[in-house]
Amino acid sequence: MDAPTVVAPTMKGTALAYVRTAPAAAISPPTATVGVLAWFRERLFSSIGSTLMTIVIVLLLIWSVPSLIDFLIVNATWTGSDREACLPSQVRPEVGACWPFIGDRLAYITYGSYPIALRWRVDTFFAMLTFGTAWLLWLDAPRRDIGAIYFFVVLPVASFMLLHGFAPLGLAIVDTALWGGMMVTIVVAAVGIVTSLPVGIVLALGRRSEMPAVRLLCTLFIEIVRGVPLITVLFMASVMLPLFLPDTWSPDKLMRALVGVALFSSAYMAEVVRAGLQSIPKGQYDAAHALGLSYLQTLRLIILPQALTVTIPNIVNSYIALFKDTTLVFFVGIFDFLKTIEAARADPKWATSVTSATGYIFAALVYFVFCYAMSRYANRIEKRLAAGENR
Amino acid sequence: MARPWESAPGVPFYRDPKYRGIALQIGLCAALGYLAYAAIQTASENLARSHVASGFGFWNVVAGFDISQTLIAYSPQSSTYGRAFWVGLLNTLVVAGLGIVFATILGFTIGIARLSKNFLVERLATCYVELIRNVPLLLQLLFWYNAVLKALPEFAASFALPGGVLLNNRGLFLPRPLFSDGTYILVMLAAVILLAAFFNKIAGRSAGFWGTIAVRAVFTLLIVVALPAAFFILAGAPVEFDYPQVGRFNVRGGLEVLPEFVALLVGLVVYTAAFIAEVVRAGLRSVSRGQTDAALALGLTRLQTLRLIVIPQAMRVIIPPLTNQYLNLTKNSSLAVAIGYPDLVQIFTGTVANQTNQPVEVVVITMLVYLSFSLITSLVMNFYNARYALVER
Repeated sequence: MDAPTVVAPTMKGTALAYVRTAPAAAISPPTATVGVLAWFRERLFSSIGSTLMTIVIVLLLIWSVPSLIDFLIVNATWTGSDREACLPSQVRPEVGACWPFIGDRLAYITYGSYPIALRWRVDTFFAMLTFGTAWLLWLDAPRRDIGAIYFFVVLPVASFMLLHGFAPLGLAIVDTALWGGMMVTIVVAAVGIVTSLPVGIVLALGRRSEMPAVRLLCTLFIEIVRGVPLITVLFMASVMLPLFLPDTWSPDKLMRALVGVALFSSAYMAEVVRAGLQSIPKGQYDAAHALGLSYLQTLRLIILPQALTVTIPNIVNSYIALFKDTTLVFFVGIFDFLKTIEAARADPKWATSVTSATGYIFAALVYFVFCYAMSRYANRIEKRLAAGENR
Repeated sequence: MARPWESAPGVPFYRDPKYRGIALQIGLCAALGYLAYAAIQTASENLARSHVASGFGFWNVVAGFDISQTLIAYSPQSSTYGRAFWVGLLNTLVVAGLGIVFATILGFTIGIARLSKNFLVERLATCYVELIRNVPLLLQLLFWYNAVLKALPEFAASFALPGGVLLNNRGLFLPRPLFSDGTYILVMLAAVILLAAFFNKIAGRSAGFWGTIAVRAVFTLLIVVALPAAFFILAGAPVEFDYPQVGRFNVRGGLEVLPEFVALLVGLVVYTAAFIAEVVRAGLRSVSRGQTDAALALGLTRLQTLRLIVIPQAMRVIIPPLTNQYLNLTKNSSLAVAIGYPDLVQIFTGTVANQTNQPVEVVVITMLVYLSFSLITSLVMNFYNARYALVER
């Protein structure tokens, strides 16, 4: 490369000199750009700051990981029938997690106080739900339209008959006060998921409607519900519903919480769907109209399939948020998964200094597995949707 | 918006979308109006039958219950429910305000760490975000409170942290500064902040020595720290600290911070920081690689590129979702009920609603408070967007 030593005249006639008059010294080639050594240099020791960070983190890991493993596995108690097993003793001064506590209470934190003889009904519900979910989540599954009908129509009715009971089929009624544990968490999440999508679509369409009264009502509902904490919506549902409904209807505690969760998740879903609707270009509406489709046909055949497909990742993300939010039914006296853990933890039979930590770690693990799986799924869909653009 | 269903000539009015729309809206309003009327009718019947008072008369009635953390004067014997409301609101604002500050610092650090070239830094940040985002906040709060803070040693065996801070299962004990004259300190603080802001404004206009960020930072620091320190020494150091001491039955002296407050603050900060980190990461990644390359080609240093090119453009993407996270943190502070921190929901929607037996009024007031938070935030956001949004031609 030649060094530019030319002196260029500017418009005013004064000379403008280039700063560099000689070629810059050549930089020596990097010693290695591929291989293990290069990776280490590039990703761990690229500069003084990076090296310091690496050392600090390695020290942190050396300090924390072994003690975590000690607590969870090495020092943990694996067998036992009550708190005695998890108490520190002369032989074992350091006690880790108390796993028999989880084993002992597993039935309680799964089914709550649901009658033991009838728990097969809950298991059937779990199986049906898993089947429906798998059908919908597997994008290449056959007849996903039937899957949708199964999930949004058949499943809710069947689950209600199974869990609550249905006298004509000989299924005895089980009071919802006995429901508890993971089963309630799943029921609350499933009700939120099943109602929020259709209601959210209607609200989103309403918010984008050209009819002022419809638009105003939908916007008000969405903004008010999104502006307040879920806990106040749940309180509202639990104090207002019995007040505003005639005595003969009086919904039970679980029903009130379900109404609260459904309202809340619908408002959030409406905004997710609205974002999807906004991504559809106007030309799609025009083309549908030119083909002579009616408003409902346009929505059903042209707009919603596209809008919902692009928002699947966001829909799944709002389901993750909903799944985490189900823990808040705790506050209106419902024994969901977290509340049963809380109750089990306080049980004198198992009360030790490590019981709380064990219970919370187990609960966190369960929630993490569910939420992380959903977020991985959303990620995969996102990649699949972007595949067309990344060719 | 497309209007493909516009009226056309020769269509009877009952098939005309315009009239159909009007009919639909009238029907909808009538149905909702009837539902509301029926609901209110039932409610008033139910209320009359149960002899529960309604209205907001309870506001001026003496509350009669104690609150563990009060920032304004409050006594169970003479203060009213209205006063208890303000106590709760202030407690909510304190935890939300501090939470926002710490969550922003932690969130930006982790967000930047997720884009780090250093493998360990990036992995650690990713693990943090994935772990925290996928576990419910309520569970995390219970964990911090019951499994961490309650498992701390008794006060007699308090952890002594640097700076005379004590930590035990009764909370955090900080040294309390004792000023000979409080107002004088506040005036001075205000003067120093004004001076620093004024200096920055003037210096920011300069393109030379005074305008460089390092010079401005050093002088701002001098104004904020060195100037008051000099005054203090000149005035004979009128400040003393009341250090917390381990006594016989409790910790004496110092500034006591409730364990509930510590657990709530830690839980909210740790949780929200994971979301802020994602916002920051998305914002920084939204600035295309070409911008950085172009800036470097123009001869800007790495730091200048970051300060003048990347951050201003990233902030435009970061700010709206960031305010959303601030709002979420404020709303999530209502989970304080679970661990017994006396925030607005715990005091008002909990205790007051139970004592007055007027939950509807109480819940409505609480909702209005949170709604006004979000309304104010969205007004500020609209103002911000109008000012900083990219003007497209």
